[in-house]
Amino acid sequence: MFRLMSGAMEGAVEFDPVLLARIQFAFTISFHIIFPAFTIGLSAFIAVLLWLWLRTKNEKFHRLARFWTKIFAVSFAMGVVSGIVLSYQFGTNWSRFAEFSGNVIGPLMGYEVLTAFYLEATFLGIMLFGWNRFPPWLIALSATLVAIGTSMSAFWILAANSWMQTPAGHEIRDGIAYPVDWLRIIFNPSFPYRFAHMLNAAYLTTAVVVLAVGARYLLAGRHPEESRTMLRMAVGMIAVSAPLQLVIGDQHGLNTLEHQPVKVAAMEGHWNGRDPASLVLFGIPDEEARANRFEVAIPHLGSLILTHDWEGTYQGLTDFPEDQWPPVLNVFFAFRIMVGIGLLLIAVGFLGLYLWWRGRLFEPGLFLRFTSFMWPLGFIAILAGWFVTEQGRQPWLVYGHLRTADGISPVPGASVASTLALFVFIYGIVFTTGIYYINRLINRGPQGQATAGAGGLPNRPLSAAEEAAREATGRPVGQGPGKPLRAPEG
Amino acid sequence: MEWYLPVIWAGLIGTAVAMYVILDGFDLGLGILFPFTRKEEDRDLMMNSVAPFWDGNETWLVLGGAGLWVAFPTAYAVIMPAFYLPVIGMLLALVLRGVSFEFRWVAKPSHRTWDIAFAGGSTVAAFLQGVILGGLLQGIPVTERQYAGGAFDWFTPFSIFVGFAVVAGYGLLGATWLIMRTEGPVQVFARRAASKLLFAVLAAMAVVSLWTPLALDRIAERWFSLPNFYFLWPVPLAAAFVAYRVWRALKEGNETLPFVGTIILFLLGYAGLVISNAPYLVPPHLTFWDTAAAPASQIFFLVGTVFLLPLVIGYTVFVYWMFRGKLAPGQGYH
Ligand code: HDD
Ligand code: HEM
Ligand code: HEM
Repeated sequence: MFRLMSGAMEGAVEFDPVLLARIQFAFTISFHIIFPAFTIGLSAFIAVLLWLWLRTKNEKFHRLARFWTKIFAVSFAMGVVSGIVLSYQFGTNWSRFAEFSGNVIGPLMGYEVLTAFYLEATFLGIMLFGWNRFPPWLIALSATLVAIGTSMSAFWILAANSWMQTPAGHEIRDGIAYPVDWLRIIFNPSFPYRFAHMLNAAYLTTAVVVLAVGARYLLAGRHPEESRTMLRMAVGMIAVSAPLQLVIGDQHGLNTLEHQPVKVAAMEGHWNGRDPASLVLFGIPDEEARANRFEVAIPHLGSLILTHDWEGTYQGLTDFPEDQWPPVLNVFFAFRIMVGIGLLLIAVGFLGLYLWWRGRLFEPGLFLRFTSFMWPLGFIAILAGWFVTEQGRQPWLVYGHLRTADGISPVPGASVASTLALFVFIYGIVFTTGIYYINRLINRGPQGQATAGAGGLPNRPLSAAEEAAREATGRPVGQGPGKPLRAPEG
Repeated sequence: MEWYLPVIWAGLIGTAVAMYVILDGFDLGLGILFPFTRKEEDRDLMMNSVAPFWDGNETWLVLGGAGLWVAFPTAYAVIMPAFYLPVIGMLLALVLRGVSFEFRWVAKPSHRTWDIAFAGGSTVAAFLQGVILGGLLQGIPVTERQYAGGAFDWFTPFSIFVGFAVVAGYGLLGATWLIMRTEGPVQVFARRAASKLLFAVLAAMAVVSLWTPLALDRIAERWFSLPNFYFLWPVPLAAAFVAYRVWRALKEGNETLPFVGTIILFLLGYAGLVISNAPYLVPPHLTFWDTAAAPASQIFFLVGTVFLLPLVIGYTVFVYWMFRGKLAPGQGYH
């Protein structure tokens, strides 16, 4: 008496469920990672600003912290909602993978929820909404806990992903993975590199955004004091983290060469493993011809980088059966985009340091104009990096153990196609609007003494203890807001 | 150990789901009530009353999902494909309602779209959660530990009915939350809504309690065979009594009792469902033990949970306590 229309929709049109599931996952996770990348970096930045404020009692740090907190709130909301989708997609789209690997990476996800998500989500409440009620040290502490939470989240999820790249510490019985050694599962061979590279990528990306916003204000002659601080902090951060990223990335690549040689061959456009490899600066890999077209290359440099030996050799694509190749073209180009941006950012960091040293960092010149447009670069590099990693893993889902095509759910292609269309539609609207709103917040800028109710909303009076605590931090108590950031309601 | 572990995990996941239903239930309930309010200030107040909490509340949904994957990978791998469309629909609805919390404030004064997204997202998410519950109760076809049905098996009069029932239930949670946390016109509105919703919820519970045993022999047998019958009759009786107390409290102007009573009502309904279905995780085929993860995995996560879950609950309570007290009209956290 329950069944009403089971099976009515099936078999009407043929879709390839594997391809669709891959596109859907790639789409939703690519949207997701943009926000974590930013919130991991931004939460740390805000926490630093708040502690600086508490120590120096300089109001500019306070204004900056409150300004970035508003942007953080919008980004965080988008990160959360897109992340919840992902945690269910392992079941909806990749149920065979979920069953294969549940014993091993399920607990890692579980620990992510318990150690990271609750911490972030709970203290976020105080960080965002506690300004008029709680003493500043509690806000700073909450921001710090949120920042710790976001990095813990990266720790666990990257452990899970790295296990899919370089599985270790498990055994396989009856087609299902069982844990043998948890430490080896978590600290699997590629994990330390991936974690360091991703965390640093998040800080770098955030620093680039902060730099761009500071440059934008300076060029417009707005908020000079705050933008100088932003510029100094961002340039310092980039000058350290961009070169560091190159070093970590190099080590990461060596590790990949050891565990996933065919991925490196695709990244480098390296076909023939007998001769020393050149470093391909440009080219268009052609899988049919098994060679790069329009190649511009520096002989032997590829070998030098990857084997630390001028005459060294490593395996090329033709040393592997063709059904083991990842999509060479995508991996090759994505890798060049990432490294290209990495090199550009190193240059920006050093140029910024030089200008700072010469006392010309704040002059409205080419540097500021260029950097004011640079904000998307980190995000693009992160997406490119993930495309290298994930497409380079193909055709495997769990490297060497489970093929992507064998990991999907028994769900008709039509279902996947229709939800994919919905995802594109809704994410398109939501995230475009979100980015538009973030831009709007940036345009409003850090205004006035934003302390007394960011929204200009009346709030409950401060208790005496809170009042005293604020006095101790040097905030002029009772001074009205400059211009409220949000119009008073009602 | 092999026998106890899955039972412990079933209990823990059951707790996470119950926490989710109660906590996000009242958040979603506010969205369900949104279309019935007119004034902007009232809506501001309603949203403000949960602004610091909603994210933490929703995290119980993530724990439920991830926990199911950790402890019962096979159940996760069967249930998710079985409810592919409603699950993804629910997630997308949660996307819309989640971003509305922030977008609405940034968008002011032109925030109507996000009022609609908040109300629509909350209502659809609640409805689809009910549909999934209904679909699960009626059973899932499984062969060789894989889902073996079609894309629309879940789409039945029963699951649709449960969908509406959950919408009413969350609405009641939301209304009683508002009675507790607000004053003025919003509280008056919430009180009126709560009285009506209480009857809807009671009716829905009665219908589900009759429909499931009539349609499914295994449930009829569970409740009406002897000696079960003697042990189980207090459950519906207690529900009736609690409902009566909530109704009285609403009339008398009590402010916390309606919320607490509604939570108890929910827990009793939940207990009824557990009685009907345990030990099946994927009725009518797979039990806790059939779908359990390797003991090593269950133990590894259990060890952490024993320490971390109390910590999580501790700081959750801390944050609720920090933001305790009523919001007067015009007050906010933003
Ligand atoms: C390197 C970092 C990173 C990566 C690779 C991922 N995430 Fe993420 N995720 C975060 C870093 C993060 C975060 C920083 O912790 C977020 C972003 C913003 C936020 O609110 O928390 C988050 C939020 C977030 C949430 C919401 C948490 C909440 O309720 O507060 C879920 C359920 C997921 N993620 C799940 C996933 C899954 C299943 C992923 C992979 C398939 C994934 N994330 C990739
Ligand atoms: C957050 C940054 C990430 C990005 C941008 C990303 C990107 C991608 C892309 C582009 C694909 C499609 C590859 C293809 O089919 O050609 C993919 C697949 C996939 N990724 Fe990731 N990924 C990320 C992180 C993760 C993490 C952390 C996990 C798991 C813990 C994960 C699990 C998967 C799975 C299960 C698939 C589907 C199977 C497959 O196509 O191989 N990804 N991802
Ligand atoms: C500067 C030179 C850089 C080098 C040599 C480098 C190297 C690498 C390599 C070899 C991988 C692939 C690892 C694998 O899957 O086996 C990778 C991945 C990645 N890269 Fe880079 N990278 C550089 C710059 C950057 C920059 C600037 C960013 C972002 C701001 C970035 C973000 C990422 C991300 C997010 C991934 C995927 C996650 C991972 O596997 O670590 N990289 N990088």
